[in-house]
Amino acid sequence: MTSSLLYALAGTLLCGIGLFGMLWLSHLLRKLLAFNIMGSGVFLVLVGLPQNQGGPDPVPQALVLTGIVVAIAATALAVVLIRRYYHLSGLTTLDEEPAFREGGPE
Amino acid sequence: MTLNAWLPVFALMTSLVASLVIFALPERGYRLRTAVNLGAAVFKLALVAVMVWGVFQGVEYGVSFTMVPGVDFVLKADALSMMFAGLSAVLWFLTTIYAVGYLEDSPNRSRFFGFFSLCVASTMGIALAGNLFTFFLFYEMLTLATYPLVVHRGTERALKAGRTYVIYTLTGGAVLLLAIAWLQGLAGDLHFQEGGHFGGADPAMHGSLTLIFVLLIAGLGVKAAIFPLHGWLPQAMVAPAPVSALLHAVAVVKAGAFGIVRVVYDIYGIEASSALGLLEPLAWLAAFTMLYGSVRALFQMDLKRRLAFSTVSQVSYIILGICLFGPVGATGGLVHLLHQGIMKITLFFCAGNYAETLGIHRIDEMDGAGRRMPGTSLAFTLGAFGMIGAPPLAGFITKWTMGTGALAADMDWVIAVLVLSSVLNAAYFLPILHRLWFREQSGKWPHERYWGRLETSAWLFWPPVLTAVMTVLVGVLASFPFSPLSWAELVVLRAYSS
Amino acid sequence: MTLWLMAGLLFTPLAWAVLTLLTDFSRGRLVSWVGILVQALVSLGLWLAVNRDGGFYYGLGGWDAPLGIELRVDGLAVTFVLLTAVVAGACGLHAGVYIDPDKPWHRYFWPLFWFLWSGLNAVWLGGDLFNLYVGLELISLSAVGLVALGGQAGALRASLRYLLAALLGSLAYLLGVALMYGQFGTLSIAGVATWLSDHPVPAGSGMALALMIAGLALKTALFPLHRWLPPAHGIAKSPVSALLSALVVKASFYIAARLWLELGQPLGSLAAAQLIGLLGSAAVVWGSWLACRQQRLKQVVAYSSVAQIGYLFLLFPLTFSVSETVSLQAQQGMTLQVISHALAKAAMFLAAGNLILSVGSNRIDALGGVSRFLPFSLFSFGLAGVSLMSLPPTGGFAAKWLLLQASLGSGQWWWVLVLLAGGLLSAAYVFRIYRASFLESSGTDQFFHPSRSLEVIPMILAILALGMGLVSDQVLSVMALPFAGEGAP
Repeated sequence: MTSSLLYALAGTLLCGIGLFGMLWLSHLLRKLLAFNIMGSGVFLVLVGLPQNQGGPDPVPQALVLTGIVVAIAATALAVVLIRRYYHLSGLTTLDEEPAFREGGPE
Repeated sequence: MTLNAWLPVFALMTSLVASLVIFALPERGYRLRTAVNLGAAVFKLALVAVMVWGVFQGVEYGVSFTMVPGVDFVLKADALSMMFAGLSAVLWFLTTIYAVGYLEDSPNRSRFFGFFSLCVASTMGIALAGNLFTFFLFYEMLTLATYPLVVHRGTERALKAGRTYVIYTLTGGAVLLLAIAWLQGLAGDLHFQEGGHFGGADPAMHGSLTLIFVLLIAGLGVKAAIFPLHGWLPQAMVAPAPVSALLHAVAVVKAGAFGIVRVVYDIYGIEASSALGLLEPLAWLAAFTMLYGSVRALFQMDLKRRLAFSTVSQVSYIILGICLFGPVGATGGLVHLLHQGIMKITLFFCAGNYAETLGIHRIDEMDGAGRRMPGTSLAFTLGAFGMIGAPPLAGFITKWTMGTGALAADMDWVIAVLVLSSVLNAAYFLPILHRLWFREQSGKWPHERYWGRLETSAWLFWPPVLTAVMTVLVGVLASFPFSPLSWAELVVLRAYSS
Repeated sequence: MTLWLMAGLLFTPLAWAVLTLLTDFSRGRLVSWVGILVQALVSLGLWLAVNRDGGFYYGLGGWDAPLGIELRVDGLAVTFVLLTAVVAGACGLHAGVYIDPDKPWHRYFWPLFWFLWSGLNAVWLGGDLFNLYVGLELISLSAVGLVALGGQAGALRASLRYLLAALLGSLAYLLGVALMYGQFGTLSIAGVATWLSDHPVPAGSGMALALMIAGLALKTALFPLHRWLPPAHGIAKSPVSALLSALVVKASFYIAARLWLELGQPLGSLAAAQLIGLLGSAAVVWGSWLACRQQRLKQVVAYSSVAQIGYLFLLFPLTFSVSETVSLQAQQGMTLQVISHALAKAAMFLAAGNLILSVGSNRIDALGGVSRFLPFSLFSFGLAGVSLMSLPPTGGFAAKWLLLQASLGSGQWWWVLVLLAGGLLSAAYVFRIYRASFLESSGTDQFFHPSRSLEVIPMILAILALGMGLVSDQVLSVMALPFAGEGAP
């Protein structure tokens, strides 16, 4: 057990928390935050898990940088959409009206 | 590639291109549309005539290319395919003339004639298909092309009939596809070949082969309207008369029967089918369908429905004929492929004339129509007598040949079925003839229209008269070369000699 | 020559994305149409080049893996690049006429469109797991943006659901990538496969593959993870729906399929393969059933996508532990299904858009009389429907035929039933629309007639889908070209 493996384990834990949040929380901002937590977890795993002759592997560090950029872009897009959605509908969740259920007459 | 290779393609393309041109023409382009239609029909007749002569001389026509890995798209003309192609070319020409008159001034004609040509193109493809895969391709295309024709009127009733039709035929198509794919996996890409492929089949394959045969017959039997798969046919009667005529005489029903002929002769081979014990049950089924259709026809008061049940019965003659092991019976079955087409199209043309000229749809309204429309009624009478099997008309030739064949094949019960069926035919046709000629007109016609000198529009008058004359000619001239009977003998000779 | 083509292929979409960001919708349209032309020519050129010389590996900017981006240019990839050029090009042309240039937010259509395109190309050509992730995210984010262009609350709701599903899917995929890199120390799919062929399979490495495929399945909307798709595809503008259904879902499937084909044998299991096949079958049945029950035209088409995607996942059981021939048939069938569904579905959505435009309503029962007054768009819709029903001679039929052969050949006859039932069910929902349109309405021609160019585009796509069946052998032969570079898979 090295310290980087510890990071990986922590990352797994964060992933679990994030996943829980994305599935169970209904407020859109919280979902988004949960996504970010989960993303951080994944990045930790990505950096922590690979071992290169006992030391950390440099390649994932470069990858994580790209990953963070992508995550920021996604977050920004989500925030814009959530804001606009809130303006138009006054809602902060995606709960559907009963009429919009799958398979029902729409 | 030589011209010979391309002739089948041209024959197919004639109606396909005509169909596309017609779709592209504006709704009002009446003259141009008719010209394209008739021009294509005549051109196709000529092409088919050339090929008939060539096939008779032993020329090979055909083209093939790989379509999907492992399977070829094959078009080729052999004696059997020319039989069906000839029928479809001749009757397409007449039906087009008829349809032009029938649909005068009705909406959606561009759509109608487009799909009509497409339907004939599919029939042509079915006739010229060189393997099961290609056959299936056009078989399904036929389903799609006929749907808009069946629902042409756009009424609730037509749409309902269209739905029944599609459910039946597409399910049949799926079963057929399964059978073809299975057969392909078992034996590779099977081209139609006189004498079949399973002459000395490995006994281990017998189980699968039998099951595949059942699936093939079930899939094809839907279109051929074999009991109990015939339910769509009487409903499809809501279609306009030329469509019913084409459906019953050439396109859909015959495609199924033709497919069964192909499977028995050119895929399994008549000897192998017989050895596998597949023909006997099919013969019983066909015999039952013959009687069942006739009995049901007896109780129909709607003229077109009665004719529809009569088709159910008559198409099974073809199937019964090919199930009689031996050249003579087979000739009888095959020749009925043509004879039934000519007679049935006459009857449907006439039914359409009664409906269009006098507004008659039911049999009890027909009293005395013979005097008002003598030409049409004479044609109807000839068609009906042909169906019953009165000599020297077309139906007589069929029944006589089949009877001789049954004796040769030691299947004496078939004679009983033939006699019983003829009695039933007489029982449902003679009352109509009686009403036509010997009853007095009981009241005003439901919806009468006038066309000057002739009893009805000339477009509507001549096609049934011509087909009625053909009913007589194919019977009287049966022994001449190129008559349906001699051609069927040629087909059978080639199938049994190889 | 090929280097120039590659540069053009990768550079144009990004450059055009930036260019169009600077202009409004109308000017963006002109610029984009030029771009579409360039992109189509380049794709065609590349396809011809690969057709002639075979595939190759291409290191972007001269940098090789692991730090550089290495692209894998093979027959399959260029076929999909060309397909993208055709479908996206058609959607772009259609959108230019279809989308209202006066709404200010519509100017974002073009940049998003081009970003989507570059993401698609990146996925088709990508050779390593992480670049595929970046490509996927590029696609997802621009697709979400395109859905949100609808503007109303409903569109935003659908796009948010879509975004959340897509992000979750990407993270699951990325976690799988992380595990895989941790285990094998390489990001290239081929590298992992080579490693696995030399070493015994480490315990638990199936987990990484499972995570990746689960994430991709969510993005591809495999049953039961499909719930985000119908609202998003149903509510987007028709050209956008066409892009999404035709191409976007295929991108994630393409990655899943490549992973499975290279790593499935060592890392997967029979149970997993059968399970995925079962889910695909459930998608076919359930998606078609729901499509039959929808009241709105575009919802029908959207649910039909759920069903058609189900067929694709039959690839998994049909390539696991089967003979070489069967596996090849399944792969060819899958490729044809991807291509013909892309063409047919795009045609269908575009034609549906025209129909909605002309009757002024999204409801199916409003279609009565359309067949008389607007036969052209209906005909395109119908032709595309023939391909979806997988009737001959369409590409859908050729695909189904190959899948049937593969199922029968491997003795997995239960998929045969799914294929046949799926065809009949799709006929049910397609004929429902024909039926509605054939109903004669008493009224006269009160329909809006869309411009000819809008009507021609779906027709061309539908004819391509139809003709695909006739030339499928030629199309598939391009896929099987030998690979020029070393380390061929």
